[in-house]
Amino acid sequence: MRIKRKNNERHSFLPDEPVDTGLLDGLLKKYAGKKGSIIPLLQGVQEIYRFIPKEAILKISEATGLSESDIFGVVTFYSQFRLNPVGKHIIKVCHGTACHVQNANGITTALVNELGVEDGKTTSDRLFTLESVACLGCCSLAPVMMIGEETYGKLTGEKAVKIIREIRNREK
Amino acid sequence: MNKIKVMVGLGSCGIAAGAAKVYNRLLEISESNKDLFDLGKTSCIGMCFREPLVEITDGSGKYLYGDVDAKKADEIFESHIMNNKPVTEYLVHSDTIKGSEQDFLDNQIKIVLRNCGMMDPESIEEYEKRDGYKSIRKILDESVTEDDVIKTVLDSGLRGRGGGGFLTGMKWKFAKGYKSTEKYVICNADEGDPGAFMDRSVLEGDPHSVIEGMIIAAFAIGATGGVIYCRAEYPLAVKRLNLALQQARAKGYLGNNILGRQGFNFDLYVKEGAGAFVCGEETALIASVEGKRGMPNKRPPFPAEAGLWGKPTNINNVETYANIPWIILHGSAEFAKHGTEKSKGTKVFALAGKIRNSGLVEVPMGVTLNDIIFKLGGGIKDGKKFKAVQMGGPSGGCIPAELGGTIIDYDSVNATGAIMGSGGMVVMDETTCMIDVAKFFLNFTQKESCGKCTFCRIGTKRMLEILERISDGRGEEDDIDKLQELAAQIKDASLCGLGQTAPNPVLTTLKYFRHEYEAHIRDKKCPAKACKALITYEINNKCIGCGACARVCPTKAITGEKKQIHVIDQDKCIKCGACFDTCKFSSIDKN
Repeated sequence: MRIKRKNNERHSFLPDEPVDTGLLDGLLKKYAGKKGSIIPLLQGVQEIYRFIPKEAILKISEATGLSESDIFGVVTFYSQFRLNPVGKHIIKVCHGTACHVQNANGITTALVNELGVEDGKTTSDRLFTLESVACLGCCSLAPVMMIGEETYGKLTGEKAVKIIREIRNREK
Repeated sequence: MNKIKVMVGLGSCGIAAGAAKVYNRLLEISESNKDLFDLGKTSCIGMCFREPLVEITDGSGKYLYGDVDAKKADEIFESHIMNNKPVTEYLVHSDTIKGSEQDFLDNQIKIVLRNCGMMDPESIEEYEKRDGYKSIRKILDESVTEDDVIKTVLDSGLRGRGGGGFLTGMKWKFAKGYKSTEKYVICNADEGDPGAFMDRSVLEGDPHSVIEGMIIAAFAIGATGGVIYCRAEYPLAVKRLNLALQQARAKGYLGNNILGRQGFNFDLYVKEGAGAFVCGEETALIASVEGKRGMPNKRPPFPAEAGLWGKPTNINNVETYANIPWIILHGSAEFAKHGTEKSKGTKVFALAGKIRNSGLVEVPMGVTLNDIIFKLGGGIKDGKKFKAVQMGGPSGGCIPAELGGTIIDYDSVNATGAIMGSGGMVVMDETTCMIDVAKFFLNFTQKESCGKCTFCRIGTKRMLEILERISDGRGEEDDIDKLQELAAQIKDASLCGLGQTAPNPVLTTLKYFRHEYEAHIRDKKCPAKACKALITYEINNKCIGCGACARVCPTKAITGEKKQIHVIDQDKCIKCGACFDTCKFSSIDKN
């Protein structure tokens, strides 16, 4: 679960990224007529686009008959849903209790300094999004961060920065 | 002689520690040494602090190796499998020789975790071999009635393991009592407490036992459908649950006319949560399953009367369901043998924080906190002093070291001001500031408050602001009174458990560590030297001028010539502590 609820800000869409809502047809068919399926639908949308585009909300509203505001209400309630596009790599720094008492804040501070973005934001090159999450469940390896499927444990600020630099070099 | 069996622990924490690499290495070895040993996968055995773990079963017994990497796997293969000589150096537990962590496993009683780490969680056949689905068969074959099942659960004294501690049998009795053609059972697997990972381990390590527990509950109350509401942050658990459901359906444990019993129709599905702590509360969880914002509703009516889609619904937690098949098979008396007068059976705890052995343990109710922390947990890391243990997550509280003799049962833990909760135990040492801990939990509940009740929404925010100013050295003399007043109001005026318990971390730290609050407020000092605003870092004359601190300083606040004593520019210092952690010569003072 994300600690930061940060969907309140107005979402900004980049004009050069048109959203192909045709990708949603299969998903809408799968859940057609099933009650209570708005959350799985939105999870499906996020799997496709990695965030919830405005166009998707409009299309779901049309297909299901639910009002746009109801859907928007659900999107903003659950911290899993994002209204903004994210970077290629999402860095999830664990801020569970075990990580907290072992200085998870130090990891986030070091990454904020390295990436030059606030917690919850995406770098301008769209490579990284920095996030804080509650327990990743690897408490024995605290403090921990997760990038993609990979979990990095027993971190220090220095180690975390090194990992980011390695990824950045690989991307060049 | 039986073929040697090699199992690798592939739970989330094992994988994070590198178990997949070990597995792949062993796979290579087994492919080039055909028929020498069978390689299998299992899940978490609870010994997270020694992951990755590899277990070898040969003719003489079981051998568990810890901290294995690809290189050690080679060594173990050469010595143990090829030459029949166990590598005692890496051995953590064994039936025959004493391993380095022998006490950790020998001092536990495993009912809930009976299969975790002992079998392949992705194989229904292995579950069946370990008495799996025998309980539901027993009920149907021996024509046990619904009331008999409920009576067995009631007699066992099993109480809800999600934290509430309500008698499970009573819940079932209520749900059975309401007549309806449609009824539901729900498994609450929305384990949101930071620092708790018991349910994840059970779902990853033994999904079928939870499913069987739900089938038995469905039989007892007459449910037609079921939902497992699982955190989306547990992808491996979701994957294994879905696989287990497919297998159970194929074998006729789920579906229509289960195991040939006419009219016993029941099926269930996994519903992934979307990240909202409040959805652990049962009415909020139901709202979320229905596709709404996960906000709690007023009770009564309780879910047993009007739950999911307005129908009678029984909700239990993962650990509760995992207990059920065992109780049915072994009888209520066998279960009630463990524990205290009012808290029966065992409880699983997730040990984390400043403890040497972090991981999962299952102990009978009635043992003391000290037993768990020192006998199983191996005491505090790095030889530091035990200060407090946090139980019950954001709804719980901090129990000080002086009360380490407290026994584990619902009522004794409640008497301290903490709660049993779902079983997270985060251990703190002398370097942990209790105001910081209180602030951490308040920050969590304040952000996770759904916003429905004013006192929870705004009150927690005001409490957090007070705590922030105390830890920033701007605390005021009447802040403690204000905290207490707000805490009482939030408890009284909140609808659900989240708000009613949100002030607990503050109240317990105030009760046991009031002097720390006073030191912050009056003396502007943090006794644990943890609050950034109240500490400074300085370099003393032990400095040899190696420059290691200057290299790690993120703000370039440290300067100095090589081989000369370095200096920290206090204006630039952000007090991250990187220099303090890096220095090998104890030449950085924290004051």
